[in-house]
Amino acid sequence: MSETARGNLPQLALHVPEPKFRPGDKVDYSHLTIPPAGAQPRPDEQCSAAETHPLCLDLVRVLGEDHHAVGPWDPKLDAETLRRMLRTMALTRAFDDRMYRGQRQGKTSFYMKCTGEEATSVAPAMALANDDMVFPSYRQQGILIARGYPMVDMINQIYSNRADKLKGRQLPIMYSAREASFFSISGNLATQYPQAVGWAMASAIKGDSRIAATWIGEGSTAEGDFHSAMTFAAVYNAPVIFNVVNNQWAISSFSGFAGAERTTFAARAIGYGIAGIRVDGNDPLAVFAATQWAANRARSNAGPTLIEHFTYRAEGHSTSDDPGQYRSAHEREEWPLGDPINRLKLHLIALGEWSEAQQADMDRELMEQVKAATKEAEKNGILGHGLHHPFRTMFEDVFEELPWHLKEQSAQAIHERRVKWPDWKEDEA
Amino acid sequence: MTESPTRRLNMIEAINDALDIMMERDPDVVVMGEDVGYFGGVFRATAGLQRKHGKTRVFDTPISECGIIGVAVGMGAYGLRPVPEIQFADYIYPGLDQLVSEAARLRYRSAGEFIAPITVRSPFGGGIFGGQTHSQSPEALFTHVSGIKTVIPATPYDAKGLLIAAIEDNDPVIFFEPKRIYNGPFNGYYDKPVEPWAKHADSAVPEGHYTIPLGKARTVREGDAFTVLAYGTMVHVAAAVCAEKGVDAEIIDLRTLVPLDIAAVEKSVQKTGKCLIVHEATRTCGFGAELSALVQERCFYHLEAPIERVTGFDTPYPHSLEWAYFPGPVRIGEAIDRLMKA
Repeated sequence: MSETARGNLPQLALHVPEPKFRPGDKVDYSHLTIPPAGAQPRPDEQCSAAETHPLCLDLVRVLGEDHHAVGPWDPKLDAETLRRMLRTMALTRAFDDRMYRGQRQGKTSFYMKCTGEEATSVAPAMALANDDMVFPSYRQQGILIARGYPMVDMINQIYSNRADKLKGRQLPIMYSAREASFFSISGNLATQYPQAVGWAMASAIKGDSRIAATWIGEGSTAEGDFHSAMTFAAVYNAPVIFNVVNNQWAISSFSGFAGAERTTFAARAIGYGIAGIRVDGNDPLAVFAATQWAANRARSNAGPTLIEHFTYRAEGHSTSDDPGQYRSAHEREEWPLGDPINRLKLHLIALGEWSEAQQADMDRELMEQVKAATKEAEKNGILGHGLHHPFRTMFEDVFEELPWHLKEQSAQAIHERRVKWPDWKEDEA
Repeated sequence: MTESPTRRLNMIEAINDALDIMMERDPDVVVMGEDVGYFGGVFRATAGLQRKHGKTRVFDTPISECGIIGVAVGMGAYGLRPVPEIQFADYIYPGLDQLVSEAARLRYRSAGEFIAPITVRSPFGGGIFGGQTHSQSPEALFTHVSGIKTVIPATPYDAKGLLIAAIEDNDPVIFFEPKRIYNGPFNGYYDKPVEPWAKHADSAVPEGHYTIPLGKARTVREGDAFTVLAYGTMVHVAAAVCAEKGVDAEIIDLRTLVPLDIAAVEKSVQKTGKCLIVHEATRTCGFGAELSALVQERCFYHLEAPIERVTGFDTPYPHSLEWAYFPGPVRIGEAIDRLMKA
């Protein structure tokens, strides 16, 4: 007993959360409450934020056990749109697989997959207008793919080659794509949250009709920026959609370290006076419907919405991570909400609009498509193999114009280059 | 530019005038911060702006510096030109991640796709019995960050011209306003009455739009004995001590710390051969260290004496012992004596 404990007062105890399963453990998800699809009410988009409270503790689901869409959240998408959604998610996965392999082959330094979470970026991108501004984290490559951003440009960025639009300045996957209304990704977590609110406020100040959407992982909701963003969005009724991708893991820390043992992430919205919805993040139709609801709400000046996407990070955090060190390998296979691509595929098959053979053909075709894009990008070089942007570009864009000290440092860097390689010319890579 | 009629303004009025003019000229300029809207700011810098330009262009914010700067960065990405206020420079730290990791790097990391044309105004500096958290001079935290410009005016004329230039600039600017000289050019003699700006030549502020380019220093006084490098309040303190001592100092008000007017610094020190650097911020790794290093590198063969650095002490800003902390006439005077004897 501690020397400071007094009398008969109970001794205090610090609670340090611990995930249910560690490496080697048998996985049992029976503690998760998975409500049946179609059972969740769909309130009016103009409702008060408080009315959404039950949805923050529930789980909006559309695709039932029989793979049919049910209930008030069924977005009733036509087969063509569903096939496009399936294709985009499958393309995202094929892209991830290839880029992961590229990192292992030494073509780049780093990569992050979004395996198992494809629905949380592709479905929202399809529910938003293409000129709605998105402020993503690093695991929403599906948005760029859904918006038709050239895959070769994405790979050029990953390879930091001479065609990289970001001139080799950014770590792989920290894309920036203004023409796709895709905000520059930062390594600093959660900073995009208040920025998205500011963008949405600006849109409202100017009487525009565009809205903003932003993404964060459940781990990053612990950052102060999350609180700032929610407060500002509520105060100014900003037309913004907050997505929290709750994939259960922040690198090696399970969601309990972000507060998940006490409440849901969606429920945080209620305290700010913001509408909240918790969705089955592996149900692309539920994700689409929730985004559509939130977008309609924002567009009609009814205010912001927070959507928690309940999902599972099927792979390691990044190419620098080995999840086998901290979680059970069975978690992925036992995950009760399944795989988003598989579920949409089975839905289309149940509708008679798709087949396993078509799926296999499509997968082959997408693999070829990614392979071709990779080959195209490799013509511009891979990391560390010479073909990169001209040396002096390192000093550009710090400011709009080069101040004297950067001019001097640029000259110094070029001088060093010539000392090392006397024949080197400034504009050579 | 001096052809337009002038008015006598103190620094607060000059800043208010600059904001008013920019809001009138550019519909993308928005002003926001704690208490800046209806109330007009705790120092009155934004008085009357909300009534004139409307609540969606001048508005109060929640008490969240992280939110204020973060939201401003997002507005900048949209295409606005936000002028957020941080009530005291001492309270800028919760917004530091958004300034250092986001605003400063946005242009670079997006290769120019997105920019953060924001101007963060914030009262700074001591000499007002502000104690630890209403007196700080954190400029060196920003001059160390690539991608941010740091501007500090010393007169009403400069405050207006520099603020307009900062708002028009497409790079993020930290605009520190020395609150000790909002109402008059404090000269460091705290036991004597302070004269109001109305009696000072630099309070004649032209009406309408004019700019003072960022990155250009101002020669306050030409002289041959030694060069004084200072900014903000300390320009006036150093000038008063030099006048009292009757020394022929060349006094340079840097106005912009990044980018620095290196040509003006070099030219002056190479002429005088001696250099006195004065700032109110703490000494170790203060901006004076950078100035000293630059002068040593660039003017070494012209130097006739060690570079003198007169600064605040390396302690938190004290309340009761404010004038023992403040780099006032005694500390500056002794440095001048050393330079004159060298």
